[in-house]
Amino acid sequence: MTVKYTQEHEWIRLEGGDAVVGITVHAQDALGDVVFVDLPEVGRRYGKGEVAGVVESVKAAADVFMPVTGEVLEVNESLRADPSLANSDPLGQGWFFKVKLADVSETNGLMDETAYNEFSKNA
Amino acid sequence: MPLFASEPRLSTATPVLRTTPLNALHLELGARMVPFAGYSMPVQYTAGLMAEHHHTRQAAGLFDVSHMGQLRLEGADAAAAFETLMPVDVIGLAPGKQRYGLLLTDEGTIIDDLMFVNRGDNLFVIVNGACKEGDIAHITQRIGSRCNVIPMPERALLALQGPKAVDALKRLVPGVEKLVFMTGGAFDWQGADLFITRSGYTGEDGFEISIDGERAEAFARALLDQPEVKPIGLGARNSLRLEAGLCLYGNDIDTTTTPVEAGLNWAMQKVRRTGGARAGGFPGADKVLGQLDGTVPVARKRVGLIALERVPVREHTGLQDASGRQVGEVTSGLLGPTIDKPVAMAYVAADQAAAGTRLNAIVRGKPVAMEVSPMPFVPQRYHRG
Repeated sequence: MTVKYTQEHEWIRLEGGDAVVGITVHAQDALGDVVFVDLPEVGRRYGKGEVAGVVESVKAAADVFMPVTGEVLEVNESLRADPSLANSDPLGQGWFFKVKLADVSETNGLMDETAYNEFSKNA
Repeated sequence: MPLFASEPRLSTATPVLRTTPLNALHLELGARMVPFAGYSMPVQYTAGLMAEHHHTRQAAGLFDVSHMGQLRLEGADAAAAFETLMPVDVIGLAPGKQRYGLLLTDEGTIIDDLMFVNRGDNLFVIVNGACKEGDIAHITQRIGSRCNVIPMPERALLALQGPKAVDALKRLVPGVEKLVFMTGGAFDWQGADLFITRSGYTGEDGFEISIDGERAEAFARALLDQPEVKPIGLGARNSLRLEAGLCLYGNDIDTTTTPVEAGLNWAMQKVRRTGGARAGGFPGADKVLGQLDGTVPVARKRVGLIALERVPVREHTGLQDASGRQVGEVTSGLLGPTIDKPVAMAYVAADQAAAGTRLNAIVRGKPVAMEVSPMPFVPQRYHRG
C-alpha cells in the first residue's frame, strides 16, 4: 500500500483504484485538540485541490483539500462523532474520506514519506 | 491545510520577539511558543489546550502573563487624575481594593481595559500587553503633569487560577488565603517582594502575582512543584475567559466599541453617571452617559451565543435573523471545553439582543442556529469571603 502526502498536510493511501484520505500526524499536532470535522458529500466529484472538508481545534480551523481528482465513496462517520480520533489515530481510525480516483497518475506529483518528513520539518 | 493564519510564522521579516523571564522554563516544559503581543508566548504545553483548560477548572493552572503592562501612578493627585481618563470611581476605591477600569477615547470608545489597585501610596495598574506602550503614552500625555506615571518593565506577572489555587499558593505565601475577590496586598517569598491580588481571567478563584523578573522563574518552579499546579498556555486562557464571559481586548472590545455597547455598564459606578456626585468628566462622557441614561441610542449590543448544533462559530462570522437580515457579527467563538458546546460573543442589533433570541451564524455558507444566552456560560466561582 502506497501512502503519499500533500503540501497541505493530507495523506492519501492508495488501495487499488481507490484511496483513503486523512490529515498527517504533523497536521493534528499543529492544530491541537480536534473538536469538529466537516466531511465532504458522498457521491460528489471534487477536483484536485478543492476544499473537501474542514478540521477544527479549539483554537483554529483549517481546510482539508482533495489531494487528487475523484468521487467521494465514503466518509468516516466515526470521526464525525468523535473528532478526537484525528489526534489519537490520524493515520488509522482518524481517516476522513474514501475516494474513487479519476486519474491515478495524479498521485505521482505527491510526496513520499521521506520527502514529506523533510517538508514538514520546515513547514 | 494551511497551518495557520492565526499563528504567524517567524521569518527574517519578523521583528525580533521579546521574551518573558520565564522563557527558558516554557521551553523546558515543552511549550509550543507563538508570537503574541510582541512576545514569544506559550500557546500550550505538552498536555494540550483541552487538558489544560479542564485542569484549571478542577485544580490550579499557572499562567505566564508577563507580557502585560504593569505601571504605578504616584502622587497625592493620582486617583483624581486617573479618574479623568475613565468612567469609573477611582477616588472612592478603598486601600487594598482592586477595580476594573476602561481607558476611553474622546469619542467614548475603548482604548483598553485594565485592572487597578489602591495600594495606599500609589495606584498599581495592569494593562493589556498589546496596548501597553500606547496606554502608557496616553496616560502620561493626559495626566503626567498631575502624577508620576512609572512603568514597571522589571516586573513579571503570573496568574494562578482554579479552585485549588489557594491551597497551592498559601503553602508558599501564608496569608494569601485571607484575600477575597478583587483585593490585593504585599507579600514576601524568600526575600522577593510580591504584590498579589485575588482576581484573574478564568471565572475561577485565583490570584495574580507580580514579582521581580529576576525571581520569577524560581517562584514559578516552586508553584509548579505543588501537586495541584500545572502550566497552562494562552490557548486555554482564551477558552477559559470566553466561557467566563470576559472580553478580550482587540476581539470583543476596541476603539470602535463603547462600554455600553459592550455591556460593561456594571463597570461604571453610580458616582460617575448622570446625577452622581462626580458625574462625567471623562473622555467621551456625553456619548457614554447618554447611552447609559437612554438619551443617546445604542444601535448594537454585545451578547453571548450558544450554538444549537456542534459546529464551532468563530470570530468575524456573520449573524442573520430568521428573515435573512444581517444583524451582527461574532467577535470571539470556539467550542467551550467545559460547557462542551460552541459558545461565542457577538455584537448584534439592539432589537436582537434579548436572551433566547434565535439567530443564524453563517458558517462556510451554511446557517448554524444559535441562541442569545446570558453570560457567563460557566458559573463564576470567585472567592468573595
